[in-house]
Amino acid sequence: MKNACNSRCLNVQLLNLKIMAIDKNSTGYTFLFSIIMVVVVGTSLAYTSLSLKERQNANAADKKMMDILGAIGIDANRTNASELFADYVVERVAIDMSGRELLATSSAVDPKDKADPFGIDVKKDYRASVKSAVKAADGDEAALMAALSEDDLRFPLFRCAKDGASLYVIPVVGSGLWGPIWGYVALEEDKTTIYGANFDHKTETPGLGAEIKETFFTEKFKGKKLNANAAALFTVTKGGATTDEYSVDGITGGTITSKGVDEMINRTLKVYYRYFESETRAQR
Amino acid sequence: MSTDTAAAPKKESLFSKKNRRLLSDPLDDSNPITVQVLGICSALAITVQLQQAVIMSLSVLFVMIGGNVIVSLLRNLIPDRIRIIVQLVVVASLVIIVDQVLKAFQPDISEKLSVFVGLIITNCIIMGRLEAFALGNKPGPSFLDAIGNAMGYAWILLAVSIVREVFGSGAISLPGMGQVKFLPSEWFMSEGGFYENNNLMILPPMALITVGIIIWIQRSRNQSLIEEN
Repeated sequence: MKNACNSRCLNVQLLNLKIMAIDKNSTGYTFLFSIIMVVVVGTSLAYTSLSLKERQNANAADKKMMDILGAIGIDANRTNASELFADYVVERVAIDMSGRELLATSSAVDPKDKADPFGIDVKKDYRASVKSAVKAADGDEAALMAALSEDDLRFPLFRCAKDGASLYVIPVVGSGLWGPIWGYVALEEDKTTIYGANFDHKTETPGLGAEIKETFFTEKFKGKKLNANAAALFTVTKGGATTDEYSVDGITGGTITSKGVDEMINRTLKVYYRYFESETRAQR
Repeated sequence: MSTDTAAAPKKESLFSKKNRRLLSDPLDDSNPITVQVLGICSALAITVQLQQAVIMSLSVLFVMIGGNVIVSLLRNLIPDRIRIIVQLVVVASLVIIVDQVLKAFQPDISEKLSVFVGLIITNCIIMGRLEAFALGNKPGPSFLDAIGNAMGYAWILLAVSIVREVFGSGAISLPGMGQVKFLPSEWFMSEGGFYENNNLMILPPMALITVGIIIWIQRSRNQSLIEEN
């Protein structure tokens, strides 16, 4: 046996002997094992996360740019997104709840700059405060407005130039049936005609609510108008209902998701409407 | 993963008859889904589209191989009392790594899978194999066992998702290719045709029924799987 064993094999045997000598069921060994395991796992996961963070953030920023460009009908991919974004988006504005302009910039996007309107995380704001406020207000607009003005919310607006015309891209976030839904709505220069829209969702039912991201649904928004004089700026009707120039047909079988789209468009666009109105007054 | 052959037992070849059975058994006679009825939950959740099933299968394959080999290497060190926790930590870490890597390098696919990657942790097949096989066997056979079981899981997933996507969406999708609708649009009732997608196919119950049909076919071909009573 000894003859057949080389030095490596001997080492393994010695190691095995040492391990056998320790009582593996003792509390001390169990603690030691757990501590070592936690340190090893913690370090390796932290390392993985940190080393991939930059890539992931860049991917998220690219995706955001693709979505914004998608709303104005520019088909970007991950490789050319930042280039096209710089070409088309001429100004990034941050406004507050009452429609006051906080900041306007047209410099290059700086992911590290916290003040940059591009970096405003509307999804995070929605999760943190808007969602519960919407639920508590239960359709009462004044109550919602009052609840939200206490939070220091900022709303980003992207002014784009395409074929010589100004387009305004507005991010919207809301709730579907199972989880968050979000999207971008682009308005034409008159600020009442919808130029384009795109939506996405996290966990809506495939084939039903999940259809909001399909082009057949987003196509319907093109050319529709916002009704500044009515209580609802815009309506997403129950699937199959008749529509006019201020409404689109919702998804059949995705009623709650469609309602979510309706709610987020109305709630968010009203904020921007206050900004547009104050801007028009200033120009006069 | 390439070092496993070095760790294989010297007396027994890695591809002996017994070890080959580790690969082939889970595909049929001891299939994790149709015979052991494990991992049913994820089989229901992600088989709406083929591309999700493909990526899910690959992720499970990676986690399964990693988990089985790591636990097998540590089998003489893990204290009995906390072995389940240790297995859970190993699986969870691997799943987080898969999730992070997908987010960094395959952001589009990661978006499609959303929560399902995280749910690999709760897949009974992985914990089951760690507990039943890797804890008592050397890394080489554990590696083969992992591949066998992951493949046994994968082929059911792929079969179910093809059926569900074809009849539920009238399309077929592969990662990197997107969804391809192969039926002409004028066939659909909304365009005045005769065909309508079956929405029931998209809902979770149909996955269960499809798995049931696979079990039926499998047991009618392999009578030894039928229980006495």
